[in-house]
Amino acid sequence: MIGRAQERNEDLRLLTGQGRFVDDIKRPGMLHAVVVRSPMGHARVLGIDASAALELPGVVEVITFADIAPWARPIPQRTCPLPGMENFLQRPLAEDIVRYVGEPVAMVIAESRYIAEDAAELIHVDYDGLEAAVDAHAAAQNAVLIHAAQGSNIASAYHVGRGDVDAAFRGAHYTRKERFYVHRHSAVPLETRGLVAEWDAAAGHLNVWGAGKVPFANRGILAGMLDLPPSAIDMIEVDVGGSFGVRGDFYPEDFLVPFAARLLCRPVKWIEDRRENLMAMNHSREMHCELEIAVDRDGLIQGLRGQVLSDLGAYVRTNSGVMAGKGTQFLQGAYAIPNLGFDVRAVIPNKTPAGTYRGPGRYESCFFRERLIDIAAKEMGIDPVEFRRRNLITAAQMPYDAGPLVPGQPTTVYDSGDYPTVFERGLAHFGYDALQARNGQLIDGRLHGVGLACFTESTGGGPGEHARLELRADGSFDLFVGSSSAGQGHETVMAQVLADALGVPYDSIRVHHGSTTYLKQGFGAYHSRSAVMGGSAVLKVGQAMQRVLLERAASLNGLAGPQGLAWREGRVVREIDGAVIATPVALAAGLPVCGPHERGPVSVETSFENDKLTFTFGLQLAHVSVDPKTAQVKVEKFLCVEDVGRMLNPLIVHGQTVGAAVQGLGGTFLDEFIYDEDGQLITGTFADYLLPVATDFEHVDALTLELSPSPSNPLGVKGAGEGGIIGTGAALSNAVSNALSGLSVSVTRLPMSLDRLAATMREARNAEGASA
Amino acid sequence: MTEAIRIQLRVNGQAVERDVEPRLTLADFLRDELDLTGTHLGCEHGVCGACTVLLDQEPVRACLMFAVQADGRDVGTVEGLSRPGELTDLQASFRRHHALQCGFCTPGMLTTAHAFLERTPCPTREEACEAISGNICRCTGYIPIVDAIVATAEARQAQKAGGRP
Repeated sequence: MIGRAQERNEDLRLLTGQGRFVDDIKRPGMLHAVVVRSPMGHARVLGIDASAALELPGVVEVITFADIAPWARPIPQRTCPLPGMENFLQRPLAEDIVRYVGEPVAMVIAESRYIAEDAAELIHVDYDGLEAAVDAHAAAQNAVLIHAAQGSNIASAYHVGRGDVDAAFRGAHYTRKERFYVHRHSAVPLETRGLVAEWDAAAGHLNVWGAGKVPFANRGILAGMLDLPPSAIDMIEVDVGGSFGVRGDFYPEDFLVPFAARLLCRPVKWIEDRRENLMAMNHSREMHCELEIAVDRDGLIQGLRGQVLSDLGAYVRTNSGVMAGKGTQFLQGAYAIPNLGFDVRAVIPNKTPAGTYRGPGRYESCFFRERLIDIAAKEMGIDPVEFRRRNLITAAQMPYDAGPLVPGQPTTVYDSGDYPTVFERGLAHFGYDALQARNGQLIDGRLHGVGLACFTESTGGGPGEHARLELRADGSFDLFVGSSSAGQGHETVMAQVLADALGVPYDSIRVHHGSTTYLKQGFGAYHSRSAVMGGSAVLKVGQAMQRVLLERAASLNGLAGPQGLAWREGRVVREIDGAVIATPVALAAGLPVCGPHERGPVSVETSFENDKLTFTFGLQLAHVSVDPKTAQVKVEKFLCVEDVGRMLNPLIVHGQTVGAAVQGLGGTFLDEFIYDEDGQLITGTFADYLLPVATDFEHVDALTLELSPSPSNPLGVKGAGEGGIIGTGAALSNAVSNALSGLSVSVTRLPMSLDRLAATMREARNAEGASA
Repeated sequence: MTEAIRIQLRVNGQAVERDVEPRLTLADFLRDELDLTGTHLGCEHGVCGACTVLLDQEPVRACLMFAVQADGRDVGTVEGLSRPGELTDLQASFRRHHALQCGFCTPGMLTTAHAFLERTPCPTREEACEAISGNICRCTGYIPIVDAIVATAEARQAQKAGGRP
């Protein structure tokens, strides 16, 4: 089954309206919550008057900071904390200062959502506006302090590097410095966030529906904040309408909704609306980088150094360190660069907090590096493909130590891969040589350009994953995995892995995932880890089940042990002649007279533990045409190429890759959170925050290779969920720059939206005019 | 609160009669009053298309209509597209082409595409793209959705022409 393009089990319910998403959950006596959010970017909260709201029939409660004060601990970081960030954490409701538009200041709970929204409008919050620091560079000046007690808006500042980068620059044949910027945008999954929480006072137990991504970790955080043991809470995963990194980390509402349910002893549902989703769910990507490259006479990169300024928004969230931390680590990309040095700062301005979005830090750093490489290659008179060829890490250099570039984390080791071969395969598949002849040419009124970008991607984030397997009386299996799903297809892929591990029919396996009720421990879905960690745990639990069933078959047949028995095609056979000794049905029935381990259902739980990341390599190639009058870019052809080691289900891998790419194309040309100087978000609806639609990018394809299986897991797989997005900004900006080279346009800032690219073209024209 | 208004309509072929608040949206009526939760709400301002239902066979945004406006009309939702336990050819084509991942936009895509194919049985690829361009999908990149719609149309045409399935 592994490697087969199996159609998904999930689809049957999702295609017929039978899926169960969190807003589909209804509990008896359920109340509805609405969050009152700050309309100000930076202000002092002088008072909150909820009296009119509380008089409205159907309103049950209004919760403000005073109500949660004893429990209002800062929401902790879950991953990649950078030094100092712990001083800028968010509490579930604002106390006396609001620091971004959308910050929760109160929660209204009522008998219906309609009433709760009416009541929210009746709550009067008295704000005293403060000067806002919106731009990251302005915030870094500390003229306006956003967390006054910290005395600075710099949440973290550090230097990482290796080799002697300054010596490399002193001795270089060629150096080039450029300033780059990636704009603020994010995943914006189609289903907004939501939760249903229900407190069973008699049992002292809390159920939370709507968990995602990391249910076990969030249970721990929630238990800590509510002063409950983790065993008193169950996080239940239902169908999830997309995550891409932003859903399922612990947000203020993940405390507020369960808190309200316990306070009121009634189930409480909260469903975010789209406007609040755009101002409250993690933003991402915004980063400034001044990057400098040193190259020797032969076109070999000797050094890379620079300054990274990561725009965190007003608070540090559970994973805010990833963008700066991993973004910096990935600045070197797939090239053997001996000397590196980076000064990193993570700054707090008055904007929505930022967290991870598919390819966090990777998209940004790939754009910085790959644009700079194209600029350098052009100035040195070296073909950009040839320049990359000379510098790619070779198969002989694997495993490649990429250096310790994240504070508090061990060195990064690219575990495997034949980058040059993947590179050549990608160029050939794209037809690069023929297409690149069009660079800068005006064809039918449009300027054509071809560009590419290389990237490496870490996948299979540790520390482990758990799986439990139960044999049922009818010989079928229930498989429970700690991996959570946001629509990828775990119910299909995990069954494929187990079907092979056990040699049983695919249809005899049911997969259950995500919820804390299924397993003692689990980790979830992040860092492209489900196939790597979850899949390996499933393989392991299948093998463990085989051992248990062999023992049981031996007992059943009065044998001293399983010697001479083998597991073949889902049954126990005698090795010597292949005779069937026991079927799963017989094994499930157990023994007439036996001990406690031999009768009744067979249940096996195992974990797969591994802290070693496994790295993919890929490149993306773009052919664009630009209307020189309107700056409108058409993506004529886009190709994603990536070596993922081994595909469990090619249909799903292809879908992930193309879907990620189109997300990245949208992020590069359309999506943008824009703020005014007071910190007001002015792209707060889908009419202003533009997402790609079906007519925008019709020519996207993927070539997925299985050249270098991962040495770090028994399946040999590498994660495939994020690679498709990583090189989009880089490849497209290189292609557009090549198209517009005759106009002296060099793209150094994203997005390449119509207005921004038109402005860049105008600036280039004016600069030419001035110099002429 | 305003007085409830009695409405009578057909939903997926069944006669329905309810007293509803005038401000209740059609989407909330279907989801909360009738438990037809296949109709999803992605934006509640008419852009994303996830809530698309068929009103007298025409696709409409259920988040932009009040339930009272559906009085006397015929409403079709994703639940009514196929018989229980079965998939239509369009739904099966979505599955075959991996035209859904999280499945949140899928009901709106299906109702939109269903109505489109009724009107345009032999669409070009461009027409199919245009037809779903008012529906947002964050997972698939749309290409497999367009593939699924075009393949369904082609299979229907082939069946008509030669009797081959």
